[in-house]
Amino acid sequence: MGQSSGRRWFLKSVTALGGAASLPAPASAAEPHAQHRARALSQTYMYLTQPEVAFVEATVARLIPADELGPGAKEAGVACFIDRQLVGAWGTMAKMYRQGPWPEGTPQQGYQSPLTPQQVYRVGIGEVNAHCAKQYGSSFSALTAAQQDEVLRGLDGGKIELEGVRSQFFFNMLLANTLEGFFADPIYGGNRDKVGWKLVGFPGVAAVYTAHVDRHGVPYNAVPVSIQDIVDNVARVDEHGHPKHVLLTRKD
Amino acid sequence: MATKLKPVDVAIVGVGLTGTIIAKELAEAGLKVVGLERGHWRDTDPDFAMPYVHDELRYVGRHELMQDLSRETITFRNNAAETALPMRQLGSFRPGEGVGGAAVHWGGLTWRFLPWDFETRSRTLARYGKGQLAEDCTSQDWGVTYDELERHFDRFEYLYGISGKAGNLRGRIVPGGNPFEGPRSREYPNPPLKTSYAGALFKQAAEKMGYRPFPTPTGAVSRAYTNEYGATINACVYCGYCQFFGCEMGAKASPQTAVLPNLMQQKNFELRTHANVTKVDLDAAGKRAIGVTYVDSRGREFEQPADMVLLCSYVLNNVRLMLLSGIGKPYDPAANTGVVGRNYAYQTPSSVTLFFEDRVFNQFMAAGGMGMTIDEFNGDNFDHSGLGFIGGGFLQAATSGSRPIEVRPVPRGTPRWGSEWKRAVATYFNRSFPITIQGACQSYRGNYLDLDPTYRDAYGLPLLRMTFDRRENEHKMSLWLTDKAAQIAKAIGPSKMNVTPRTEKYTIVPYQSTHNTGGAIMGADPATSAVNKYLQSWAVPNVFVVGASAFPQNGGYNPTGTVGALTYWALDAIRSRYLKRPGPLAG
Repeated sequence: MGQSSGRRWFLKSVTALGGAASLPAPASAAEPHAQHRARALSQTYMYLTQPEVAFVEATVARLIPADELGPGAKEAGVACFIDRQLVGAWGTMAKMYRQGPWPEGTPQQGYQSPLTPQQVYRVGIGEVNAHCAKQYGSSFSALTAAQQDEVLRGLDGGKIELEGVRSQFFFNMLLANTLEGFFADPIYGGNRDKVGWKLVGFPGVAAVYTAHVDRHGVPYNAVPVSIQDIVDNVARVDEHGHPKHVLLTRKD
Repeated sequence: MATKLKPVDVAIVGVGLTGTIIAKELAEAGLKVVGLERGHWRDTDPDFAMPYVHDELRYVGRHELMQDLSRETITFRNNAAETALPMRQLGSFRPGEGVGGAAVHWGGLTWRFLPWDFETRSRTLARYGKGQLAEDCTSQDWGVTYDELERHFDRFEYLYGISGKAGNLRGRIVPGGNPFEGPRSREYPNPPLKTSYAGALFKQAAEKMGYRPFPTPTGAVSRAYTNEYGATINACVYCGYCQFFGCEMGAKASPQTAVLPNLMQQKNFELRTHANVTKVDLDAAGKRAIGVTYVDSRGREFEQPADMVLLCSYVLNNVRLMLLSGIGKPYDPAANTGVVGRNYAYQTPSSVTLFFEDRVFNQFMAAGGMGMTIDEFNGDNFDHSGLGFIGGGFLQAATSGSRPIEVRPVPRGTPRWGSEWKRAVATYFNRSFPITIQGACQSYRGNYLDLDPTYRDAYGLPLLRMTFDRRENEHKMSLWLTDKAAQIAKAIGPSKMNVTPRTEKYTIVPYQSTHNTGGAIMGADPATSAVNKYLQSWAVPNVFVVGASAFPQNGGYNPTGTVGALTYWALDAIRSRYLKRPGPLAG
């Protein structure tokens, strides 16, 4: 559920289980530390070049824009997330089958590109920027938002054709990675400050829900907990390691 | 040159759901048993420990617990006119890899197939006549009946501590359970899980419409439970990281929680991980298995002599090993002869998603198999006259764990990205739930498994080739079932619904279910089945092939309960008859 700007949320000093007496550490306690770390990460890229970073940041900002509902994918650090994914096992197809031959196949046969995701980004970004230079006289990241949307729609619908990789294949990969980066645990570099989880009302690392699961229709407005929060002792945990969620109460 | 090892009595290929049970029982019977597993050792602690196991990207997005396709995959095509291409990344189904197999990351739903399912062809012909079956439909009877399997279903359910409510106790219909199930000898070992809000609304609406809803039976265990092997499965805490994950609580029934604590104490059992079996070795006449060949993590090849070989890996690999080893005649779809690879089938899942403006469902509080089901439209529980299809499926309001990378439904017509999408996902992530339908899938002459002529695995061996598409029977069934679900959904009163029957060409891309079946099917006739009713190879009687590879077609349920029953059924025949007098058990 969206936490719209007109309403205010307050920490309620109980745990999600309602029973424990100790007051949990406020979720904001480690924020300066976390923000510092996030900033440091966001400036460090292992695969993408600077022009590629500019492309990815501009793209994810259109796919999930910052708006009245809150930060978007760019603010969530999704470019950093994508860079780390590309340099890791997924981006290099470590667990995927890579032997040829490589006919394109039918849509039902799925991923048949001889390129790894890492290479798909390199080829795709280069060609989309070339298209933008020809069409608009500048690279994608320098276009207006409306022009960027026009290009992204062209890729999404297959109207813009690329040479080295199918445009829809590239676009679908960009979109899937953007959604992953917006909603994955912040340990991967995206979903910074858990903005994706806050947007939809997902609590992240789960608490013991036995006492809540049959409270039908009762909102569960927990401060989301990430793996990092637990490692950093920002979130308190029970004997099995489940966080004790801090619930918010709404005051209209 | 392979190193020849000291002989053992039994070599088990694959240490997952079926392999662990068989290994335990045969080791206990005094046989020297070696379990060969190509993946690595995994256990609740430390592999599934908090907080790291609550990582959706790692376990769902990146398939942490699943098969490494860089070493071996399958190739796929919709029909024989196409060229099959490799499944380069996991999609439609997600086989496991490592000790415990797919039963580590399974969703927990544990069904008994209906008595009708085991006699699909004969009962269809008896009730409707020949015209009800498509001309190319090769669905057939299993050679075993529900009544023969009952006590083995029971034993498996008690081993895995299944949570549920009986609907038919020795022929007496019990309120609150599934009135359509075959008679069971006793109640489930554990009570059902709690009911979610989605489940409660579904139950209310379904009852009003005259249906008899009941809680979905599941291996997410509702209370701490100790089974016959002395293993304790803990109580589920509804954390919602269940299907595709290992359970940090040890509360999901699995080889790790239900069998391995006992098995690993068996002195006659030896587990070898990173042992990738590449073939079953046969004698010169090809009539008897003399052991298996495997490659270890250093690339060394070994021959493990054994008196008996049990293929207990996933459906697809069971079939592939038979083909690579020359056990049984490969199926030829043109001539409709041969048996290995025949009757590959899958599942026909569909769904209705309900969207609300003012109700929250907290679907992230969940368990695998948590749901409320109706079974009115499964198997032959309803009259199919004039419908143009056979089979059916169960319908359930599912609360199996909503996490936003994988599960973030938005009403149809919403753009895939941008501010409008963002608003919709923010509104509906917690204001929606699905009714899912696990539709059956019949078998057809053109749907089969064989060896690919082009693509090879990391050892240079041909990949398995899958040729598959659903037919008109499945599409008609899916439209009909999904409409039934939509009627219930409508009665619940959502503001919007996505009604999604399965009518398109089968695609290997989006996840559907890890419910592949067939290819080494059981039956009464060696001309149309690869294994007899005891899962024993007709061609090489000291090889048994255990798993959903034995299903002649797929029913409208998740397969695991029936796989568990078949495992104990085969074991019973092995222990009580085969070991006393090795040789064909049927014929």
